[in-house]
Amino acid sequence: MSGARRLKGLVRPYVVTDGRSHPSRNTFDLVTLVSAMPDRPLAGLSPERRRIVELCLLGALSVAEVAGHLHLPVSVTKVLLGDLVDSGHILTRAAVPRAAQPDSQLLREVLDGLRARL
Amino acid sequence: MASGPVSDIYLAPSVRTAVKLLVVGHFAVGKTTFVGTLSEIPPLRTEERMTQAGALVDDLAGVHGKDTTTVALDFGRLTLSKSLVLYLFGAPGQQRFTPLWRDMAYGALGALVLTDTRRLEQSFAVMDLLEEHGLPYAVAVNRFDGAPEFAEEELREALDLLPDTPLVSCDARDTGSATRALVTLVEYLSARVEDPTELEPA
Repeated sequence: MSGARRLKGLVRPYVVTDGRSHPSRNTFDLVTLVSAMPDRPLAGLSPERRRIVELCLLGALSVAEVAGHLHLPVSVTKVLLGDLVDSGHILTRAAVPRAAQPDSQLLREVLDGLRARL
Repeated sequence: MASGPVSDIYLAPSVRTAVKLLVVGHFAVGKTTFVGTLSEIPPLRTEERMTQAGALVDDLAGVHGKDTTTVALDFGRLTLSKSLVLYLFGAPGQQRFTPLWRDMAYGALGALVLTDTRRLEQSFAVMDLLEEHGLPYAVAVNRFDGAPEFAEEELREALDLLPDTPLVSCDARDTGSATRALVTLVEYLSARVEDPTELEPA
């Protein structure tokens, strides 16, 4: 079998994204939280974009979870989410902004949350 | 796919902030087990196709004649309070997958390095990678039945740890033990932020 035929998977990622490998905006981290705007028309969306919107209509998820649930690579998911933010279908809740050092208040909340599970 | 009622997969509407920690280590050290033990959702996996050289395969034309490989990332989720959620990413340690590492390391609070006393030397590559990305870490010896036990000083020396790098022992299958390993990591991260003199030079 020739090497070029070894591509497998349900979708060929860069067909899904119209050949793009970078999202239209650079706002997605693996843990950026996204949810769908209700009442936006789904007509005209590609099947993958529609699946993302339908998944996110029921509640908020991280970018990584959207990729995991829909069996899409993260890189492809980011491109599609970027389109859906542009079209008003998806809202993002920014993840923690990259700072030189995480703030101590946030770390204390993480610590308190973990200790409470013990 | 998640099992159970469909609503179980979603975050509580009150969650506003998401943070992430990496769980890293060599092949078969227990990363996926660790993430699965702590996660409130069935752990998820995403896959990314890469060239052997480490580039994301970003156009079909470029694929011909290049060897590609699939890198899997396992992750789970813990809601820590009404407004805060923690994601744990079980990351493969292979150096060649650097774009994936950039994605994971971006904004991560820190990392827990899992190690196995039968293969301590295999942890060096992943610790080097964390240092390259400027990510602080703690080390947890995942206890395997029949693996040799060493005194803490011997382990520190074998792993060439800095004096303030935390070293704990854990059982990745046990919720309490795995949680305590994360507590140790986050205590260390907090101490570094609150006492900047402890910070290693960048």
